[in-house]
Amino acid sequence: MTTTPSLTETLPPAPAPGLRPRQPARRRARRALRRVPVWGAVALLLVIVMYPMVWMIFGSFKTPTEFFENPAWALPESLSFDNYVTALTRGNVAINYRNSMLVTLPSVFLIIILGVAAGYALEIMIWKGRHNTLLFVLAGIMVPGQMILVPLFTVYFQIGLTNTLWPLILTYTAMGLPLTTFLMAAYFRSVPRQIFEAATVDGASPLRSFFLIGLPLMRNAMLTVGLIQFFSVFNDLLIALTFTTDPELATIQLGLLSLSDEYGSTQYGPLFAAISVNIVVLLIVFAFLNKKIMAGLAAGSLKG
Amino acid sequence: MNRVFGDRKTILILLLPTLAIYVLFKVVPVAWSLGLSFFEGNTLRGFEFVGFDNFTTFFSDGAALQSLRVSVMFAILATIGQVTFGYLLALLYVFVLRKGSAFLRTAVFFPMVLPTVAVALLFRSFVSVGDTQGPVNEIINAAGGESVEFMASTSGTMAVALAMTLWSSMGFYAVLLYTGLLDIPDEVIESGRLDGASGLRLVRHIIIPLSLPILLSSIIFSLNATLKVFDSLLALNNGGPGTSTAPLTLYMYRTAFEYAEYGYGSTIALVLTLLCLVFTLTVFRSSRQRVED
Repeated sequence: MTTTPSLTETLPPAPAPGLRPRQPARRRARRALRRVPVWGAVALLLVIVMYPMVWMIFGSFKTPTEFFENPAWALPESLSFDNYVTALTRGNVAINYRNSMLVTLPSVFLIIILGVAAGYALEIMIWKGRHNTLLFVLAGIMVPGQMILVPLFTVYFQIGLTNTLWPLILTYTAMGLPLTTFLMAAYFRSVPRQIFEAATVDGASPLRSFFLIGLPLMRNAMLTVGLIQFFSVFNDLLIALTFTTDPELATIQLGLLSLSDEYGSTQYGPLFAAISVNIVVLLIVFAFLNKKIMAGLAAGSLKG
Repeated sequence: MNRVFGDRKTILILLLPTLAIYVLFKVVPVAWSLGLSFFEGNTLRGFEFVGFDNFTTFFSDGAALQSLRVSVMFAILATIGQVTFGYLLALLYVFVLRKGSAFLRTAVFFPMVLPTVAVALLFRSFVSVGDTQGPVNEIINAAGGESVEFMASTSGTMAVALAMTLWSSMGFYAVLLYTGLLDIPDEVIESGRLDGASGLRLVRHIIIPLSLPILLSSIIFSLNATLKVFDSLLALNNGGPGTSTAPLTLYMYRTAFEYAEYGYGSTIALVLTLLCLVFTLTVFRSSRQRVED
């Protein structure tokens, strides 16, 4: 990337106290000049990151003729929402959204509530074998999803769950629990034990202190871990592809995949509209929660 | 006190649901899958014990070896790219932009939260040719070159897949490494400067060694994530042209669910799991040796 040369040039100069008071104006000008390549690199970076998305959002307003006749970087000639109407009515985008939410919200709720309880049992409660139990649960993080597909598919099929959203909710919950339990245990570890001991002295049972003290204390952690899990469930394709066959049950990822088959290279407008809906919705969510999301995803990967 | 916190009933109430779901939906299936890898067949046709046949088949199956190659190559190249660009970005955030890096950090991170299928379709159209040509080929044409049909070749598809992976995840690795770099005490860097190190030398001799643990975690995480790549390659070109860019994950999925070879599919899944394990342990061990030296 182009940031390499500018980066080394503009690393702050070694402090040389004797020089500082001399020629402050010229020095400032020189420093500003040295910043130019940095700002150039930053601008280039922003273009690289944003342009594909901007291009697609513009494309979602274009008519088929505009796609054929105008160059790819041309702006749409008018702001027409036809593509969005097509995508929403013909492409099941609304149903896909509903399904994704019907799957993601219960899964994340279960993962968080069960994970925080397990984290408390493994970290605050004192019993023999709790470290090994934590390791046993932690081992689940390493296992790729492919390893559990066939047995689960067989069972879901035999008990007739394949045409519901239950296989997804159950599988996502099982897949999200190891990391969540581990993270929750780590968060509980950073809480002073005295808080829970004080509650015991006041006569609270450990279950009561879990609900009255543990849960409120973990509010922040639950939100952070919840966001990690939200995105990993919301963005999954493998599980959804394996366990759902009915298009009525398709999640967003599946819906987009089938849209691309249906429209192929012939009709970019509705496809672009469907993808743009995703980009814009997620952009709005991200704008409000970006600090928590970034912290959560980073914590999830490092500790896992 | 310990008797209160050792209360069995409480432990069971809090831990049992998680443990039950984990064992039923993860541990049992893994063991089952492990067993299945020694069988051939599926639920309808019945299973036949074949011992290690599936494993020998794997190593003489051209498509399987090709997908193994794709997985390993993709993981290595993507990891090099992600960690390198992520590290450069992190250095830019910490040492050049400093407090002013918040907006850039957020903007570069954003693609990470987009659905992978959406990103893959975005990139596929971005490099498309013909009547609805994307900007990449418009630029190539403007520079006087012929349009390139990226999706028609293995190397083209892989190049787009790598560019796409970098685009969507470099911001994530940047934030990861940024948090690591922030942990380096200012005094250490200042004293390095006083000793005359600056620019690249400062990075090479002080910053990189001090951020080695977090670099290592990033490498292991990235290898594990990219070895499991599935959605993006499936959505980008369906593992094509032909099956030349199908990673192990996709090959496993097809074997098990399109050809209904449950036993062989489980074997492929097992190979994938072992691969993740081997990669992780190799990186971990080699780095530990370096630290000890």
